[in-house]
This record gives sequence, C-alpha cells and structure tokens, in this order.
Amino acid sequence: MEKTTTASLTAKKTMIGQRLNKPDAPDKATGKTRYINDMVLPQMLIGKVLFAGRPHARIARLDTTAAEKLPGVHAVLTGKDVAGLKFGFVRDNVPLKDKVRCEHDEIAAVAAETEEIAQRALELIEVEYEDLPGVFTPEDGAREGAPQIHDNFPGNKSLHFEFKDGDLAEAEAASDFVVDNVFRPHHVTHCCMGTSCAIADFDHNGKLTIWTQTQYPYNYKMDLAPALGIHPGNIRVIQPPVGGAFGSKLDVYPYEPIAALLAKKTARPVKVMYSREEEFKASPTRQSAIIHMRTGCTRDGTLTFRTADVLMDNGAYTSWGPTIPVVMMRTVSGHYRVPVVDFKAQAIYTNNPYAGSFRGYGNVQAAWATAQQMDMLADLVDIDPLEFHLKNAQKSGEVTPQKSILNECVFVECLETAAAASDYGRKRKEYAAERNKPGRYKKGIGLASSIHNAGGAKIHKSDGIGTILKVDDYARVTVITGASEIGQGIDVVIMMIVAEELGVPPEHVTIVNNDSDIAPWDVGVHASRTTFIAGNGTRRAAQKARAQILNAAARALGELAEDLDLRDGSVVRNRDGAPLLKLERLMRQMHFQPEPELVMVTDYYEPNSEPEGAKYSSNSSAAYSHAVHIAEITVDTLTGEIKVDKVTVAQDVGRVINRMGLEGQIEGGIAIGLGYALSEDMRIEKGMLKNPCFRDYKLITAPEIPTFDLHFIESYCVEGPYGAKGISELPTIVIAPAIANALYNATGVRIFNPPMSPEKVARAIHERRVQATSPDGGVIPS
Amino acid sequence: MMSVETEINFKLNGREVSLRVPATMKALAMLRDRLGLTGTKYACGEGECGACTINVDGKTVNSCLMYAVDCDGREVVTVEGLRTPEGLHPVQQAFVDHGAIQCGFCTPGMIMQAQHLLENNPTLTREEAKRGLEGNICRCTGYTKVLDAVEAVADKNGRCSHG
Ligand code: FES
Ligand code: FES
Repeated sequence: MEKTTTASLTAKKTMIGQRLNKPDAPDKATGKTRYINDMVLPQMLIGKVLFAGRPHARIARLDTTAAEKLPGVHAVLTGKDVAGLKFGFVRDNVPLKDKVRCEHDEIAAVAAETEEIAQRALELIEVEYEDLPGVFTPEDGAREGAPQIHDNFPGNKSLHFEFKDGDLAEAEAASDFVVDNVFRPHHVTHCCMGTSCAIADFDHNGKLTIWTQTQYPYNYKMDLAPALGIHPGNIRVIQPPVGGAFGSKLDVYPYEPIAALLAKKTARPVKVMYSREEEFKASPTRQSAIIHMRTGCTRDGTLTFRTADVLMDNGAYTSWGPTIPVVMMRTVSGHYRVPVVDFKAQAIYTNNPYAGSFRGYGNVQAAWATAQQMDMLADLVDIDPLEFHLKNAQKSGEVTPQKSILNECVFVECLETAAAASDYGRKRKEYAAERNKPGRYKKGIGLASSIHNAGGAKIHKSDGIGTILKVDDYARVTVITGASEIGQGIDVVIMMIVAEELGVPPEHVTIVNNDSDIAPWDVGVHASRTTFIAGNGTRRAAQKARAQILNAAARALGELAEDLDLRDGSVVRNRDGAPLLKLERLMRQMHFQPEPELVMVTDYYEPNSEPEGAKYSSNSSAAYSHAVHIAEITVDTLTGEIKVDKVTVAQDVGRVINRMGLEGQIEGGIAIGLGYALSEDMRIEKGMLKNPCFRDYKLITAPEIPTFDLHFIESYCVEGPYGAKGISELPTIVIAPAIANALYNATGVRIFNPPMSPEKVARAIHERRVQATSPDGGVIPS
Repeated sequence: MMSVETEINFKLNGREVSLRVPATMKALAMLRDRLGLTGTKYACGEGECGACTINVDGKTVNSCLMYAVDCDGREVVTVEGLRTPEGLHPVQQAFVDHGAIQCGFCTPGMIMQAQHLLENNPTLTREEAKRGLEGNICRCTGYTKVLDAVEAVADKNGRCSHG
C-alpha cells in the first residue's frame, strides 16, 4: 500500500470488474486438491460394470456363479436385482438391464476388494445374447415395422415438441428469397478430464451418502431416488472437486445407482470410476439432429419467416439430450427478428448411445443452422451484408414470438463492435473476390451470432436459490449456498460480491456449497444461470447482513446508518472515508453486548421469469443476451485443413464481474466449440463407437488456439447482479457457424454436417471445382 | 494371480524411497495408489493427454505408460515436488495468477510440462510454448491463459518482450 497523506481515509473502491484468482487455484497447482477420483475411504470396495458390447439383444442366459465365488468379490448384481427401479427423464432406464438396447448397456456389476479382482470377476460372468436387428438412424427408427426398442414407446417415438406463430403461407408469399437446407449436427462428447466417478455409502439407518460429480445436487436426489427405491430425503449429496462437467453431470447415469446398490448390498463404501474408454462409450453425448431449416426474407433484407423440422436420434434412453428443442425453438424463433415461425421436433429411439445435456444445449445445433442461413441470405439481398444483420437484429424492449422479453438488448452494438474491430465488411468482399483465383491457401472471414438465456431458465417450477450468510467474531464471512463449483469460477464471483457489499477482503470469504445436508436449494449449474442467480442470491444476503451491521454500527457510534459505509474491513464515514470502527471489533461488540446479536441471514431468491409452459410461450429467463463471433481463417485447399487465425468476440455480458474468469469462460467455451467445428466426431457404426480414445477422437490442443480479440459489451441488466448476465454457453454456440461462414467466404463451399474435417472440406472443394459450371454454385448438399 | 514383486529404490521429490512393486504396475498407479501422491492424474492411460506427466531424470514422461520398476535408480519429480519451502514454484504461481486453472485436472501435468519447457528454454516464445504443450489436453481453459502464464515466466526470465 502506498503511503500518502490520505492514508487513513478509505476511498470507495469497487470489486466489480476486477481480475481475481480462483481460491482453489494454489491447491490445484500443487496437486493438493483431492478430486473425487482421488478419494479413498476406509473399507472401500471397487465397483465395476459389465457392458453389453452389442447394440440390441435379448439376454438368453446370465450366470454369475463363478464371479460370486471369486475370493475378494463381495457382491454381484444383475438386472433381476433391480427390477422396477426405473429412472430417467421418461422413466425408461434401469440401473442394470434385462435387455440390451445400446452398446454400453449395463448388464452386471461387481464390488470387490481391488480393481483387479473386480475385473477378473467380470470376466467370469457368463452371458449369452440373442442379437436383435437394430435401428441406427432416426429415419430407420421411425419407419413402419422398425424393430421396437422399448415396448411402451410404440413407433420408437420419444419426445415431441412444436411451436408455431404467425401465418406461414402469407409470409412465404411475401418472401423474395428463401434458403432451404438440411443440417446434420453430429455426435460429440464432453471429454471431462476427470472421468465419471461416484462413491456411495449407506449408514445403518438407511441413509445414503453419495460423493458425486453432479452439477445439480437437489434435483439429483429426486432423480436418483427412484433408481434405488428410496426416498429422496434419505440421500445426502456431497460434491468433491471434479475434473470438468460441461453439462454432462446434469443427469443421473446408471453407474451412480449401481455404486449405491453395491454399497447397500455390501454395507461398505463402493467406488465406481470409469476408464477413458468406458467414459467415451458410456457417458452422454451432445444430441445429434437432422434439421431441415428454411428462412425467408424480402429483397430489401427484412426476414419474413423461419421454419425448422427437426428429427433427433434419441439413442436408447431418454436423458436431457432430446429435451434440447426447448432451447432450439428459442433460437429458431428469436435469433434475429423472426415475424413468423414454425418449429417441430421429434426424437426417435435408436440403438445408439444417448445424449445428455452439453454446454450450449440445443443452441449449438440450432445456431449452426440459423447463423449459416443468415450468411446465405446476406449474399442474396440488395443491401450490404452487415446492414442485413443490423436491420434484423432486435433492440431493447422487443418481444420474440415465444414471449422472451429482450430488455437491455445490445445485439446491434455487438454486431457493430465485432465488425469494426475485425474490418469485416472489407475483408469479406476482398476474400470472396479472391475465392476463384488460383492459389492453394485461401483466407476467409465469417460472422455468426446467437441469442441465449442469460438469466437462468425456468424449466422447473423454481429457478431459485437459497443462501445463508454469516459473519463471525473475526469478521470472516461464510456463504452457504446451493451454487456448485465445477471449475467454472462461481467461487470467485461469490467472494467478490460479498467483498463489495461488506467491505471485507475477498479472501476472508469462505464458501460452503458441496453438501446437500447443509446448503439450501438450488437448481444447479446449467443454462448459464449461476452468476446471475447465485450472484443475486449472494448479493441480497450480503445486503441484509450489511443493513444489520450498519444499524449496529450506527447505534454504537451514535451516527446515522446512511452516513456509514463498510470499506477495507472497517466501518467508515461515507462522506470522506474516515475509518470509525474495525468491523472485527464491531462484530464482537454486537455479539457480547447485553442484547447480543449474531450476523446470520438467509435469503431465497427466485428470478422474475415465468415457468416454461407446455405451449413454450413464456418469458422463461430473467434475461437474454447475444454474442457475435467473427472468425478469420486460412484454408489449405489441397488438404482441406482449416486454420483459425483469429476470433473477434463481442458479447453482451451485462456487466463484467470477474474479468479473468469471464475471459477464461469465453476462451474455454470457444475451444469446445472449435473441437465441435473442426475435429471432434464420435464415429458410431451400427451402434458401436469406433474411436473411444483421444488418439482417434481429436480434441483441440494448444497449437490450434487462435488469437482472441474479446469485447465485453455491458448492457447493465436491471435484474442481474450489478447488471451482470450469464455468459458461459454462447462462446461454445457461436464459433462453429462463424467458421462455416468463413469457409464459404474463402472457398465457396458450405459444410452442413460438422465437423469441418480436412477430408470433408477437401472433398467439397474438389467437387465444387469439378462442378465449375456456375461460378458460385458451390453449395454442396450434405 | 499375484505377479512377482521387485524392490526398487529411487529419489522421489528429493527423498530416497524404497518399495516393492509388481512388474506390471505403472508408475502412475505406484504414485497414486501406493505412495498417495494423487496430484498426478489419470485421464486416459494411453499417453494421449499429458495429465499424468512427471519428470524423470530431467525429462517429462507420461507416467501412465512407464513401468514402476523403471523408476529404479532414477530421480523422479511430481507436481507435489515442485513447491519450495518458500511457497509455490514460479510456474505454479504464474498458473494461479493468470487464471490458467479452472477445474484443474489437467493442471499438474500441464505445469510439469511447462516447467520442463522453461527449464530447457527459459525465454521461450509463445509459439514454442504452444508446440511444447501440444501433448497436454485441457478441456476447460482454451489454453490461452496457460500460454499467458508460461509467457509471464519467460518474461521474468528475461525474455525480450517481442521474442
Ligand atoms: S493419463 Fe497418461 S497421458 Fe493421459
Ligand atoms: S482446467 Fe479443466 S482440464 Fe484444464
């Protein structure tokens, strides 16, 4: 601290917008952090699962006798031990199966003293299968007479969604241009660096403690209970540090009830942890889809309508994956001003792996289509491409057909900022002019954007959070909150907000958020909601504590509470910052006075959004935001390789809280989107995953990371904490179509089915050259 | 079923250790399950992700591929061994300060590799850092802040700013 003449006076400073480290970073940097994968409990057994390894079959014979006899084996479970324990989104899943519906169906499970013994026991289980004909595409599954996957879901029909608004026939008639394409977003998977893991332990009163990676602790109890046949109240959820989640831990997956059932049977703690190969095969995917989309506009560039007919490969069971149309339809109807919309989606059971939720949740797939069609239309209309985007971009106060209310909307500013920073207009024209000239390497620039919920998503009756905050005799603050920390950095945000309100150093704030017996209700880390919802909850709780503290200080000092402030660990005079009383001292005075009081407050915050109704016509998020990405790429037209040189981002963040965390979320989110766009691809052939390893499933690594130019547009959301909005999904959503549009700009080819792998790009470029009949006829159908 | 155990002696994070390990045991399993050094992570077991990176006689190795018996007579450093009595190693501190850690699961391996690169080339460039970290997968950070951290150390080591 610099010493000046005013050293004794404490000026008002704000935490908001600063750069702060994560409090857990030093322990993570030294290897001290004990992840769930590292945990060992006394008496703990190792659980292992026998997977079917075939996509569709009847189990003709199952004999576990030899496995049970193996010394060191404590329990063997099969489908007949779990009859009736149905769970999952539509209760179509059981922890252990009596029929095989996908490659990774869990047939039996063992608990043994060591991993080696458990593995040997699996090898001793005798199973005879009668293979059944399978269905491996949603089209096949929907066909008359297709093999049935579940008896109680005729026609293999899973979830169905529809939303319509406006007169489509009229809008079509008024359109001068219509683009009409089929997009096929593919299967990818989360690849959390820490593989799936659960440790379960029952006490002798029948209460289960489960250490899990869930990012959704309260609903997790509700979802897990039916898989065990116990009451959700008898489950205690503990969330140790995890190696990533990205949406994959929103659902309960069979290994979790399996760990619990083995623990129940053995009366010992049981740990189940996947190998990387098991992780690839048995953890969820991003939902794949076939999207038939049409978008129309007039010659002067005004959008007239958008339709989407979506067919989804449900896989063998219904998890959160096929619920993505709820988000997709908000993009289809709300990405730009869409006057008329017609949206339909149907999920069909197949014998493929099934999807869960994944960062970007449906919007990755939807924006892949909408943002490419916007780019196509921009080339057709009579106005400048950027003008076209600006003309259709919503402004503050507009309401989408689904009744999403766009308060504090800065879509126009995002477009203008990104375009100006990257010199988009000039480069787009220049590169297009170069497209057909000779030369192996071609440059391209592409713009894409999307809209996403940024104030939670009321998909349940509640999107709220409970917060308990206490300040102790040493002015140390504890925040007990349902907000889970899965690496994303809500811990720092909570510390900063408390520091802002109570004038304490952020490192004096402790967060307790990993035990469902302690922390109050929250709806989990998803839907870009945590900074918004937990931020508001923390702020409200801290403000209650602040009022109590200032009132006590006013009484102690004979001042008016409104003339006082909390800064730098002291009560100060608002006017000049003169320190009057150390907060620590005040806390003890409050505690030990004749009428003692402790500072311990509670708050329940429920955002002002509306529940997502069956008609999908409600303002289900308390805020929405936009992001614009402009990708600049170099394409090797010979090999088809795309190098992403630079990405300019302009995103409505509401208000920056932790600048470092925000940058990290955007850079990291884009990296996941880059993998989706360029290299990640689960090769599933007849239901079997052919590339369950990092060698064949290519994640983005350091050399492929482009230069980032990040622009945070602050819209000051009235409902958000200090104006902040949720931010973490848009980066993953927008990058892929930006690259697709840049690829078109560079080469004149469009890829509809990601990833834009070198083989696919090279083939498309080659085919376009062969076609060569029309100079611009390079749209290759998928 | 029990495979033959061999006695091995080696230096681990500056201290001599001696233990018996089965011939089939990997160094990663020995560190995590026998010696309680869980900082070194398992994330693929096939040498494809770098989460298990340790330093053996001055070179980085994927401990999931190395046999435990091959540690015999060597000098092994894990992420737990980088810290000095004064506090975090400068590379660890740079990772903390530059936001290079989110979930942190890749971090031990990433730091071991970054430390190795910096030791051999104290003023390395961003491009060199990118190539040197190619074998380390991070699913959270997008690598930018990792590279910032490595560059910050290189700058402290006297790298000229446009090197
Ligand atoms: S665990 Fe060793 S390289 Fe992945
Ligand atoms: S910080 Fe999570 S994998 Fe790197």
